[in-house]
Amino acid sequence: MNDLSPDRDDRIANLKGLGCSRKRVEDARFTQGKGNYVDDIKMPGMLHGDFVRSPYAHARVVSINIDAAMALDGVVAVLTAKDLEPLGLHWMPTLAGDKQMVLADGKVLFQGQEVAYVVARDRYVAADAVELVEVDYEELPVIVDPFKALEPGATVLREDLEGQTSGAHGERRHPNHIFLWEEGDKAATEAVLDEAEVVAEETIYYHRTHPCPLETCGCVASMDKVNGKLTLYGTFQAPHVVRTVASLLSGIEEHNIRVVSPDIGGGFGNKVGVYPGYVCSIVASIVTGKPVKWVEDRMENLMATAFARDYWMKGRISATKEGKITGLHCHVTADHGAFDACADPTKFPAGFFHICTGSYDIPVAYVGVDGVYTNKAPGGVAYRCSFRVTEAAYFIERMIEVLAQELNMDAAELRRINFIRKDQFPYHSALGWEYDSGDYHTAWDKALTAVNYDGLRAEQAERVEAFKRGETRKLMGIGLSFFTEIVGAGPVKNCDILGMGMFDSCEIRIHPTGSATARLGTISQGQGHATTFAQILASEIGISADSITIEEGDTDTAPYGLGTYGSRSTPVAGAATALAGRKIRAKAQMIAAYLLEVHDNDVEFDVDRFVVKGAPERFKTMKEIAYAAYNQAIPGLEPGLEAVSYYDPPNMTYPFGAYICVMDLDVDTGQTEIRQVYALDDCGTRINPMVIEGQVHGGLTEAYAIAMGQEIAYDEMGNCKTGTLMDFFLPTAVETPHYTTDFTETPSPHHPIGAKGVGESPNVGGVPMFSNAVHDAFRAFGLRQSHMPHDHWRIWRIAEGLGLHG
Amino acid sequence: MIPAAFEYYRPESLQDALSLLQTHGDDARVMAGGHSLIPMMKLRMAEVPHLIDLQAIADLRGIRVDGDTVSIGAMVTQHEVIESTDLLRAAPILREAALQIADPQVRYMGTIGGNVANGDPGNDMPGIMQCLGAEFSLIGPDGTRTVAARNFFEAAYMTARTDEEILTRITFPAHAGGFAYEKQKRKIGDYATAAAAVLLTKEGGTCATASIAMTNLSDVPVWSEAAAAALDGTACDSGAIAKAMAAMDGDIDPGEDNRGPVAFKRHVAGITLSRAITRAWSRA
Ligand SMILES: Cc1cc2nc3c(=O)[nH]c(=O)nc-3n(C[C@H](O)[C@H](O)[C@H](O)COP(=O)(O)OP(=O)(O)OC[C@H]3O[C@@H](n4cnc5c(N)ncnc54)[C@H](O)[C@@H]3O)c2cc1C
Repeated sequence: MNDLSPDRDDRIANLKGLGCSRKRVEDARFTQGKGNYVDDIKMPGMLHGDFVRSPYAHARVVSINIDAAMALDGVVAVLTAKDLEPLGLHWMPTLAGDKQMVLADGKVLFQGQEVAYVVARDRYVAADAVELVEVDYEELPVIVDPFKALEPGATVLREDLEGQTSGAHGERRHPNHIFLWEEGDKAATEAVLDEAEVVAEETIYYHRTHPCPLETCGCVASMDKVNGKLTLYGTFQAPHVVRTVASLLSGIEEHNIRVVSPDIGGGFGNKVGVYPGYVCSIVASIVTGKPVKWVEDRMENLMATAFARDYWMKGRISATKEGKITGLHCHVTADHGAFDACADPTKFPAGFFHICTGSYDIPVAYVGVDGVYTNKAPGGVAYRCSFRVTEAAYFIERMIEVLAQELNMDAAELRRINFIRKDQFPYHSALGWEYDSGDYHTAWDKALTAVNYDGLRAEQAERVEAFKRGETRKLMGIGLSFFTEIVGAGPVKNCDILGMGMFDSCEIRIHPTGSATARLGTISQGQGHATTFAQILASEIGISADSITIEEGDTDTAPYGLGTYGSRSTPVAGAATALAGRKIRAKAQMIAAYLLEVHDNDVEFDVDRFVVKGAPERFKTMKEIAYAAYNQAIPGLEPGLEAVSYYDPPNMTYPFGAYICVMDLDVDTGQTEIRQVYALDDCGTRINPMVIEGQVHGGLTEAYAIAMGQEIAYDEMGNCKTGTLMDFFLPTAVETPHYTTDFTETPSPHHPIGAKGVGESPNVGGVPMFSNAVHDAFRAFGLRQSHMPHDHWRIWRIAEGLGLHG
Repeated sequence: MIPAAFEYYRPESLQDALSLLQTHGDDARVMAGGHSLIPMMKLRMAEVPHLIDLQAIADLRGIRVDGDTVSIGAMVTQHEVIESTDLLRAAPILREAALQIADPQVRYMGTIGGNVANGDPGNDMPGIMQCLGAEFSLIGPDGTRTVAARNFFEAAYMTARTDEEILTRITFPAHAGGFAYEKQKRKIGDYATAAAAVLLTKEGGTCATASIAMTNLSDVPVWSEAAAAALDGTACDSGAIAKAMAAMDGDIDPGEDNRGPVAFKRHVAGITLSRAITRAWSRA
C-alpha cells in the first residue's frame, strides 16, 4: 500500500512544469559574474588574432606590406588573401548562395572589411601589429544608395560576378542587382488596385540597424595536430551548422570537428552567420598548431558583422469606401551591402517577408523584392524576429495607418473590420501561408478596453485644440500595432540552411535515481532554455524541472539541430522535447504496468506517476520506474530509459499580439516621452509566464531603440557614422519605458504542447507601435509618412515641415 | 580598442609630476579620471607613451568655500561635486550641471579639472565655468599663473594651458540669485545637443545681473555677453527672452553631426536657453 501524500496539487507544484513562473536557473551564475563566455576561454599557448580593416568603402588594394608587422616581437603570422588562396579559403560561401571575401582579394567593398589577419602572442601585440601593416589603396567611386546602384552605367561593385546574368535566386538584370524575388498574383493585384474605390500609396523605409548583442562575436579555434581534431568555441547561434560548414570548407571530416557554443551574451541574429574571423582563426590554428582566439571589439561588431533591415518598401493598398481592404501591392528595394550574406532559409531570399498581409484578410496581394549590392557591410539578419518579419509587420502596420488617413477613419476600427476572423483559421493568405490559429478580435478588444482607447482619443483631441490655441507645445500620439509573427522554421520540405533541413532535436536520458539530462540542437543566448525546456519535459515525464539538466551547444554531445533564431526553439526543439518525453513516458508506462502486475492499458499517467486505473493508491512514481529501468530485467524491454526525437514541424506557428502605447512629444525639441505601453501577446500555450514577460520587456526595449534612434548610418563616402555606443542608441534604464504585459492564449493546433514562440514578437510588434505613435501625434496636421529612426532632430524636422514652429 | 603601449607613472607631488612632464616633453600627458583620455588612447587617436596619473597628488584635491570664494581642486570628481553640501550652498548650478554629465560610473572617476582641461566642446563644465567667471590656476616650470575661464578655450582641444602646465585649482565667486543648467541630449551618457547655463539676480522685479554660456554649439564654449545684456533691467518676460535668444544665436556656430543639422541645433539652443532663463528667473 502506498502513501498518498503529498496531495495532487502539491505534486503538480513540485513538478514546476508548464505554466509555472519558475525562476531562471541560468541567473545564479550570470548575476554573479560566473558565466563562461568565449572571451573567458584561455588555453595554454593560445595566440590572438586581430584584423587590419579597410578605412575605405570602395577601393582597389594595390599592395599590402607586412614586413614591419612581422618584424614586431611577438607577431607569429600575418595572413592575406594570397595566403588563403591556395587553400581556396580567400572567399567563402554565404548562407544566401553568394560568396564573400574572407580577406580582401584585390579590392575592398565596404568600410571595415577584413584586409589582413594578424596572429600574435597577445592581444596587445596583435593590435600594435595591425597598425604596422601597410596597405596601399586606390579609391574607387562609392555607392551607398541602392537606387543609384541600379542606375544604368553605375559603377560595378562586384567585378567577380562580371558577366553573370543569373545568381542563386534567378536573373540579375544589372551588375549591382542580386535577385528579384516575387510572390503572389501580380496581374490580379494590379487589376484590383486599378478598379479600387480607394487606394493609398506610400514608401516606407525600414532603416539599417544592427542587433548589437552586448557580447560581440568571437571564437577560439584549436587544432590538435596529434589527433587531427579541431575544436571551435564560438558565439554561434547555430553550432551544428557551423560544424558542417567548417567541415565543408576545411575538408576536415565532421566527426573530427567539435563546435562548442558556451554562454552567449545575446545574439539577436548577429551570431547566425559565418564570419571571416572564424575562418582566419581556424586557418591560423591549423598553420601554427596553437589555439587562436579572435574576439571583435564594439566598433568592429557594429561596422562589419551582420546588420539588419535596410528595406525600402513601396506599397499600395486598396479598399472599399467602407474600409474593407481589397488588395495589397508591395515592391521592396533591399540594400544587402557588398555581399549577399542574409541569413534566410535557402529558398527565401527575402525571408518570410510575404507575411506582409499581416493580420488582415486581404483577398489578393503581390510582393516583389529586388536585392541590391552597395558599398556597405553585408548582413541582413533577422534581428530579434523571424526572417524579414519585422520589416513585413512594419510595412503593413504603417500602410494600415496611411489607409486609415486616406479613408478618414479611425485606425483601430479599420484594423477591426479587416482582421482575419476566428472561424477562418486555419487561414490561407493570398501570399501562400497557412496561419495555424488566432483570435484577433478578442485580443484587440481586450487591448483597447485595457487602455481606455476612446478616452485616449478624446484626450488627444483636446490636446490638439490646446496646441492650436497656443497653450501647449506638446502633442500626444497613440501608437497602435497588431502583428502576426511567423516563427518556427520550419517544415523541412521548404526550409533549409545550406541544404540542412530546419528540423530540431532533443535527446533525453533518465538517470537511475530519477533525475534527467536532456540535450537539444538549439542554443540559448539569453532566452532561458535551461529553465523552460526543463518545464516542458517536467510536464511530459513527471520529473521535477529542478531534477532536469538542459544542455545545448556542444556538437560532440548534443543531437544535430539548426540552432536558435527566428523564435524557432520552442516551436521546433520544444516540440522535439515534448515528443522525446512522450517516448520516455510510453516506455515508463510499460515498466509501471510490469511492476504493478497489470496490463499496460490498465495504468494511466498522473502528474509524476503511473496509477492503476480506478485504484489511485496503487502506483509507481517516475523515480521508482527510472530505477527499475536500470536494475531489473523486464521481459520484452531493453534496459535503460532514454529517447531521442527529431522534429520536422508540419507548419510554422503564428503568434500574434496587440500593442498600444501613448507618447507625448515636444514639437520644439523633438523629445518624446512614452507615457504608457500595453503589450498583449498570444504565444499559444504559456510555458513560463515570467520568462515570457522578461522576453517581452527586452524585445520592447529593442523595438523602442530601433524606432526612436538606433541606426547604422553612412555618409556619402561610405563611412559608417554610428560605430560606437555614443552614436548607436542602446537605451539605458533611464530611457526605457515602463511596460504593462497581458495575454490571450490560443494554442497552436499542430504543436505538441500548443506553444508558439514569443521572444521576437515584441520587436516585431513594438517597432510599428512606437513609430505609429509618432505619426499619430502629427496626424491632425496632415503627416503621412516620416522615416525612422524618430530621434530628436527628425521629429523636429517633421514639425518644421508642417509649419508648427511658426 | 587597445591602446598602444605606454609607461605609467603615479607621482605623489606636483613637483614630481612637473619634472616628469619636462623630461618626456611631447611624449607625456597627465591623466586625471581618464574618462576622456583613455577612450582616445584606445581609439589610438591619442598616443601617450608616458602617462602621468595625478590620482596620488593630495594638493589637487578638496573643495574649499571661504566666505564668498569657492576653490575646487582639479582632481575633485564630478561625484564629489554632486555630494558636496558646501557647493550646494555656494554654487548650486554646479550640482545641477554635474548631474547631467554622463552616468554615475563616469562621474565617480571623471574630474572637474579633466573636464575643463580636456578642451572638448562637448564637455559641460567649461560653459559653467565661463558663466561663473571662474579662474583656472596653472602650475608650470616657470611657476604659477591664473587664466580666466572666459579666455582659456581657444579651439577644440586647444586651451591656453601649455603642455608643461598642470591645472591645479578652479576658483570662482559664490553665486547668488537664480540659476539653471538646461541640457538636451539623446540619452544618458551623451554629450549635449545644446545646453545653456544661466545665472541671474533680481532686484525690484527686474534682472540686475545675468551671465549666459552655451555648451557644444561651437568649437569652444560660448559665453554670450549680448544674450545676458538682453535681460538686463527686464522682467525676463517673453520679449526679453526672445531678444536673449536672438543675441545668443549670433554668438554660436554649431556644426552638423549625428545629433542633427545646424538649423535644428540653433532651434534647440534657443529653446534650451529660454527654458534655462525661465527656470533661473523662477528661482531668483
Ligand atoms: C560615456 C561617457 C559619457 C560622457 N558624457 C559627458 C557629458 O555628458 N558631459 C561632459 O562634460 N563629459 C562627459 N564625459 C567626459 C567625462 O566627464 C570625463 O571624465 C571628463 O571629460 C574628463 O575628465 P577626466 O578626469 O576623466 O580627465 P582625463 O580623461 O584624465 O583627461 C582629459 C584631458 O585633460 C587633461 N588633464 C586632466 N587633468 C589635468 C590637469 N589637472 N592639468 C592639465 N591637464 C589635465 C588630460 O591630459 C587629458 O588631455 C563622458 C565620458 C564618457 C566615457
